[in-house]
Amino acid sequence: MSFQVEITPENKVYGKTPLLTDNVMHYCPGCSHGTIHKLVAEVIEEMGLQDKTIGVSPVGCSVFAYNYIHIDWIQAAHGRACAVATAAKRLTPEKMVFTYQGDGDLSAIGTAESIHACNRGENIVVIYVNNAIYGMTGGQMAPTTLLGMKTATSPAGREAAIHGYPYKIAEIVSMLDGVCYVTRQSVQSPAAARKAKKALRQAFENAMAGKGLSFVEMVSSCNSGWKQSPVDANKWMEENMFPFYKLGDIKVATEPKEA
Amino acid sequence: MEEIKLIKGNEAVAEGAIRSGCDGYFGYPITPQSEVLETLMELRPWESTGMVVVQAESEVSSINMVYGGAACGKRVMTSSSSPGVSLMAEGLSYLAGAELPCLVVNVQRGGPGLGTIQPSQADYFQAVKGTAHGDFKMIVLAPNSVQEMYDHVFDGFDLAFKYRIPVMMLSDGIIGQMMEKVVMTRQRPRWTKEEVSQISDSWATLGKHAGREKNVITSLELDSQIMEKRNEHLQAKYRKIEAAEVRFEESQMEDAEYVVVAFGSSARIASEAVSMARAAGMKVGLLRPITLWPFPTKRIEELAGRVKGFLVPELNAGQMVEDVRLAVNGKVPVWHYGRMGGMIYSPEDIFNELKNNAR
Ligand SMILES: Cc1ncc(C[n+]2csc(CCOP(=O)(O)OP(=O)(O)O)c2C)c(N)n1
Ligand code: SF4
Ligand SMILES: [Mg+2]
Repeated sequence: MSFQVEITPENKVYGKTPLLTDNVMHYCPGCSHGTIHKLVAEVIEEMGLQDKTIGVSPVGCSVFAYNYIHIDWIQAAHGRACAVATAAKRLTPEKMVFTYQGDGDLSAIGTAESIHACNRGENIVVIYVNNAIYGMTGGQMAPTTLLGMKTATSPAGREAAIHGYPYKIAEIVSMLDGVCYVTRQSVQSPAAARKAKKALRQAFENAMAGKGLSFVEMVSSCNSGWKQSPVDANKWMEENMFPFYKLGDIKVATEPKEA
Repeated sequence: MEEIKLIKGNEAVAEGAIRSGCDGYFGYPITPQSEVLETLMELRPWESTGMVVVQAESEVSSINMVYGGAACGKRVMTSSSSPGVSLMAEGLSYLAGAELPCLVVNVQRGGPGLGTIQPSQADYFQAVKGTAHGDFKMIVLAPNSVQEMYDHVFDGFDLAFKYRIPVMMLSDGIIGQMMEKVVMTRQRPRWTKEEVSQISDSWATLGKHAGREKNVITSLELDSQIMEKRNEHLQAKYRKIEAAEVRFEESQMEDAEYVVVAFGSSARIASEAVSMARAAGMKVGLLRPITLWPFPTKRIEELAGRVKGFLVPELNAGQMVEDVRLAVNGKVPVWHYGRMGGMIYSPEDIFNELKNNAR
C-alpha cells in the first residue's frame, strides 16, 4: 500500500526555518546538537536578527556549527570562544553575539575565558551544551562527567579520589554580578525543546537590551560517546543527568547591574 | 602645528595606537611593557576616538580577543613581553591560518622561563621562525627608537591589512623603557562603519546581508587536498611579501670591507661602534634590518660577494646570525657576538670584537 501526501500550503504542519542551511548535519543520529541548532536558528529568525548576529563556534563536535546557520561565524580556538565574543561585541555593540560551546570547551580548557567574560558582564549569550563528555575526541572524561560514569579515560567509571567531582559551572557563574540570566534546559522531548527555545529567546533579548551576560546550559545526550542507542541515551540522561544537573532557571535578574 | 612629545617607547605605542585609528587594544600587564595598557587606561580613548581598551585575564585571552576583533574587520592589537607572547602562540597560529590582520607588540625581556625583566633580543627565533604550530609567517618589524615604536604601529596596521596577516613589532626593554622625542606627524581617524564595510565585507563578520553568502572566519579544513591548497595560498602570499616588503637601513657601506648586521637596540649600540671603527681607520659599514621577516637576504647576499666578513651582535645566544649565515652561504666569515640574561654590551665591546676578528 502506498501513501501519498499532497504538498500544499494548507497541508503544511512544519517548516524548517530558512536560516538553517540545507547541509546534511554531521552529528550522530540522536545527538542533541542538531536540535539545539534548530532552536537557535528559529530564535534568530523570529527576532529578525539574521543580518546582525555573529555566532562563535568552539572546538568540539559543534565546531562546524557554521555550516548549518546562515549567519556570519567566527570559529574560535578550543576554550576561547568567550574571549573572541567579548571583542566582537565590544567592537560592534549593535550586533547580537553568541557563543556555542561544549562542556569540555567551556568548563575545562576555557574556564578562565568563560568566567571572566561572565564577570565583566559582556552583553553576549553563552550557549553551553553539556553532554558530560568529550564527544569530538572520542568520548573521554570531561569535568562534568558524573561519578561512576565510564569514559575512554575513566574506563572503570569516574572515581572522585582520582578524577575529582563533576562540577556545575552554571551555578558558579550565577554568583557573578555581570551575569543576568542563568538557566538549565534540555531538548530530549518536544515540551523540553519548547521551553529551551523560550529560554534562548529570553537570553537573546537580554543581550540586545544590554543587560549583561546570559548563560543557557543545555543538558544533552551524546549517545555515541556514552555508547548507547539514542533512545537509551535520552532515558539515561533523564535518570542520571537530570537529578544532578537540575533543570530550570538558576538566576533571573530583572534589572541590569548598576554601572 | 606638529605634535611633539618626550615619552617612553611603550607610551609611544599607546599614543600611536590612538592616532593610527586603532579600534581595540587588549592586554595583560607584564614588565617591561605595562605602560602600554597603563597609558591607554589613563588616556581613555573610548571617550575621544571610540577605541575600545580591555584588560584581559591573560595573554591567552588577549590574543583571542584580538582574533575576535580582527574577524570583525577592525584594527586591533595587543602588546606583551616574552612569557606573555609564548602564551599567545596558539592564537597567533589561528590568526595566521584564518588570515586575520592584527598587530602584536613584543617588548622583549630575557629568558628562558620567567627569566629577567631586563631587556633582551632572545625572541628573534620565536617571532621569525618558531612562533607556533603549522607553517606560517608574521611580518616582523624591529624598531630601534621611540619614534619607530610610534611609526611601526601605523606601518604594522597598514601591512596587516594589505596582506591580511598578523604583524609583530619586536621591540625590547631598552627601547620600550627609554624616553625620546616623538614627532607625531602621522595621524588618522578610525575607519567609519562604511569604510570597514568597503574594506572587509568580502571576508569579515560584519553581519550577513542579502548581498552575499555568510562569512566564516576559520582555519579548519578536514579535506587534506583543500587544506594543502590553503597552505599553498598562504605560501604564495608569503613569497609576495618577501618580494615587496623587505626594509633595511645602511650606513657607511660604500667602501666597507666589514659589515655589522644588527637590529633594534643592538643597531643603536652598533652604530656607535662603527663610528669608533671608522675613527680607527677600519672600513666598516652597518646594515640594520627593519623587517626581520621578510629578511634582507638578497642585500646580504650581494654584500657577501664584495666584503671580507660580517659581525652580528645580538642580545641573545645567536639567532639572527643564522639568517645572515644562510644569506652569506659560506662566502666569507660570519661572527656572532652576544650577551644574554639582560646584560647589554657597550659600543667599545662591539668595537673590540671588530678589532679582534676583522683582519
Ligand atoms: C588546544 C587543544 N587541545 C585539545 C584539542 C582536542 N579537542 C578537540 S574537541 C575536544 C573536546 C570537546 O569536548 P566538548 O567541548 O565537551 O564538546 P563535544 O564534542 O562534547 O560537543 C578536545 C579535547 C584541541 N582541538 N585543541
Ligand atoms: S559524538 Fe556525541 S556530541 Fe558528537 S555528534 Fe556524536 S552524539 Fe553528538
Ligand atoms: Mg561535551
